Amino acid sequence: MNRFAELLDRLVLTPARNGKLTLLVDYFRTVEDPDRGYALAAITGDLSIAAIKPAMLRTLVTERMDPVLFGYSYDYVGDLAETVSLVWPELPPERKPNHAPTLGEVVDALQSASRSDGPTVLARLLDSAGIEARFAIIKLVTGGLRIGVSARLAKQALADFGKVDVAEIEELWHGLKPPYNELFAWLEGKAPKPEKAAKALFRPVMLSNPVEDRDLEKLEPADYAAEWKWDGIRVQAVSEGGIRRLYSRTGDDVSGAFPDLVDAMDFSAALDGELLVGDPREATGTFSDLQQRLNRKSVSPKIREKFPAFMRCYDILQLGEEDLRPLPFIERRKRLEAFIATLDPRRFDLSPLAPFTNWEDLNRMRTSPPHPIIEGVMLKRLDSPYLAGRPKGPWFKWKRDPHTVDAVLMYAQRGHGKRSSFYSDYTFGVWQGALGEEELVPVGKAYFGFTDEELKQIDKFVRDNTIERFGPVRSVRADRDNGLVLEVAFEGLNRSTRHKSGVAMRFPRISRLRWDKPTIEADRIETLRAMLD
Amino acid sequence: MRPRDLLCPKPAGLYCPPGDFYIDPVRPVPRALVTHGHSDHARAGHGAVLATQQTLDIMGLRYGEDFAGSTQAAAFGETIQVNGVDVTFHPAGHVLGSAQICVDHGGTRIVASGDYKRRPDATSQPFEPIRCDVFITEATFGLPVFRHPPDTHEIGKLIRSTEQFPERAHLVGAYALGKAQRVIRLIRDAGYERPVFIHGALAKLCDYYQSEGIDLGDLRPATVEGGAKGDFAGAIVVGPPSAFADRWARRFPDPISAFASGWMRIRQRAKQGGVELPLIISDHSDWDELLETIVETGASEIWVTHGREEALVRWCELQGIAAKALHLVGYEDEGD
Repeated sequence: MNRFAELLDRLVLTPARNGKLTLLVDYFRTVEDPDRGYALAAITGDLSIAAIKPAMLRTLVTERMDPVLFGYSYDYVGDLAETVSLVWPELPPERKPNHAPTLGEVVDALQSASRSDGPTVLARLLDSAGIEARFAIIKLVTGGLRIGVSARLAKQALADFGKVDVAEIEELWHGLKPPYNELFAWLEGKAPKPEKAAKALFRPVMLSNPVEDRDLEKLEPADYAAEWKWDGIRVQAVSEGGIRRLYSRTGDDVSGAFPDLVDAMDFSAALDGELLVGDPREATGTFSDLQQRLNRKSVSPKIREKFPAFMRCYDILQLGEEDLRPLPFIERRKRLEAFIATLDPRRFDLSPLAPFTNWEDLNRMRTSPPHPIIEGVMLKRLDSPYLAGRPKGPWFKWKRDPHTVDAVLMYAQRGHGKRSSFYSDYTFGVWQGALGEEELVPVGKAYFGFTDEELKQIDKFVRDNTIERFGPVRSVRADRDNGLVLEVAFEGLNRSTRHKSGVAMRFPRISRLRWDKPTIEADRIETLRAMLD
Repeated sequence: MRPRDLLCPKPAGLYCPPGDFYIDPVRPVPRALVTHGHSDHARAGHGAVLATQQTLDIMGLRYGEDFAGSTQAAAFGETIQVNGVDVTFHPAGHVLGSAQICVDHGGTRIVASGDYKRRPDATSQPFEPIRCDVFITEATFGLPVFRHPPDTHEIGKLIRSTEQFPERAHLVGAYALGKAQRVIRLIRDAGYERPVFIHGALAKLCDYYQSEGIDLGDLRPATVEGGAKGDFAGAIVVGPPSAFADRWARRFPDPISAFASGWMRIRQRAKQGGVELPLIISDHSDWDELLETIVETGASEIWVTHGREEALVRWCELQGIAAKALHLVGYEDEGD
């Protein structure tokens, strides 16, 4: 447990990617099974342990120490998990178990604990561990290690450790389970590569790079096909040997939320495409419609009927026994077109190509697309195979310019991390109400898009113009005559019942500070409503 | 005699009216008793200074030989009369030569402990608990969250990191008096025999420790006279924390910054300071040791100075021991 705890501490404090990789590789090399596998699962988020709520943790500790002293401690440290790990009373040596639990034992104990005896099991583990190990245990049970290591980086470390390509790891990943003994054995050269144990595995997705300033002049239009970039959810539909899976682009299994689509996957193939709602033969729903189907554990039949899910297909990766990924795009496209024609047209259709002759042509198409749920165009090199990751060259995305609106700064909140002393999270609003009686209504919140220098300027403005404080939040002077106008860029607007304004922005960011602009000239809510899809 | 008539806080520091002296005064006074050589406790410009020989030596190194009108060395355990008040210096275990000062007069005994620690330290005389009526304790780490791990464990982390990252220099921030020498000595005790490079600000004090018989091994100046950055690959470089924020640090190859301090117990402290490798090594007592010491002195009253007084006062109240915060000003409650 101590090695895992030390690894977490080192990872948190090591900013450089290469440093993190070195630490992970070193850990995989020096720690035994099954501990290293559980550590890996904890980092990639694949370890399932019944969660303990922070309030329960607080109860456990104040049963064991003076609540006033705990209060002083927590105020000083500011992090519950860390405070508890530090103040947890050490048992006297004669009562302390002479064996400190390993990570594997901790995971076993936590996984086999029922909901009701979870706190007791946790307390016993904390009794048997030292400070660093206690911190790691609490992090495991409260969820979210927050150590700045993505699952992708952990897989890269595995690849470095075993000197294999990271795509090989990603391809195997979904067939493997913690503690990954057979994976480590293969990486150490002690066993053959694990068979793709499970059917219907995720294939690492191919991603595109944005078109940047001078990219296009170097490219030949005739080498590329263009298609619309649909603003849905990128998914991969895999059906093999009777197993059907719908994956997000990061490889999460999202089949459960889209039973209607999974029902229609009566084929043996792997398809890459965009998840959308509606009936592809008639009308494609908006992103707001799609949201009715997202982030839900189960979907009521009513919602399913109103917003049926379908897949607009971009690519075909596997057909029957044949892996099509090495084929050039143009060849895969032919196979895809033939294949889609055999599927249920209410659930699968083809993302059409958008013919063009030169970049000016394409630019016009990009800026005035034929459908509101198109967010730009994709460029795909005709001779390119399907490659995992984001290789530069074969695929580009060229997005429609984002929407912008002029809004007035209303509230500012202190940031976190290196911005913790600055007011760096901004809530902004636009005008509503009759002329002469306008008032501001909040429409969104943004915390980036400005330079460090601009951050300092806004921070000073916030401090000089505070009218009220609520904890970390300051309310800023904002009326017809005073205030700061922010130009806010965003990707799209959704109808919202949660927000007073009735709209919610997607991906808002500050694009310019309009010190020059009088607040009363900022936009009105009607402008935003008109932009609703 | 009531304790508060024997020692009381004044703006210049803790004052003894019958003996007419101050302990660790923060501004120049006619007569000062000094617990140890850290600059917030040992200042220049007093009329007469009574301290251990090593503390006097250290003050001389830092301020020049004429740092006081006159000096007198106190041997550990020897009782000296100052204007009829008995004072005795006892080891405090904080840094080389550091002392607690026991003031005994009219049937009342108060121990002013200055800064102290209980852990074994090859570079300092070990702390001796003294029975007394009033014990004056520091509270630098006076919160239950401060529990120092074994120093050998922390040094093990440093040495393992030099093996994990043999291409990077390891810069260890450590205060020039005490911490730096202790860290170097711990590195030696862990079996590390390669040269340790030191910042110029450490040279005089390291020489002094060596002359007092504390072996620090092969120390070399951390300068790159005509050398290349690669010379420091995998090396351990010790310097004052302030130097690492400076241009000085840029001469080293892709450095890992380490900091040896009790404050490194709190992750956010390490993070905010950009410390990649925190080493929790402290010259102060941790929470458990503060409590243990309070009990061992048998004192019926505890006075708490510089640090996080309220938690320690609270704990004493729960134990039925009278306690109060002295609110002395001028001491760094952050130094470690």
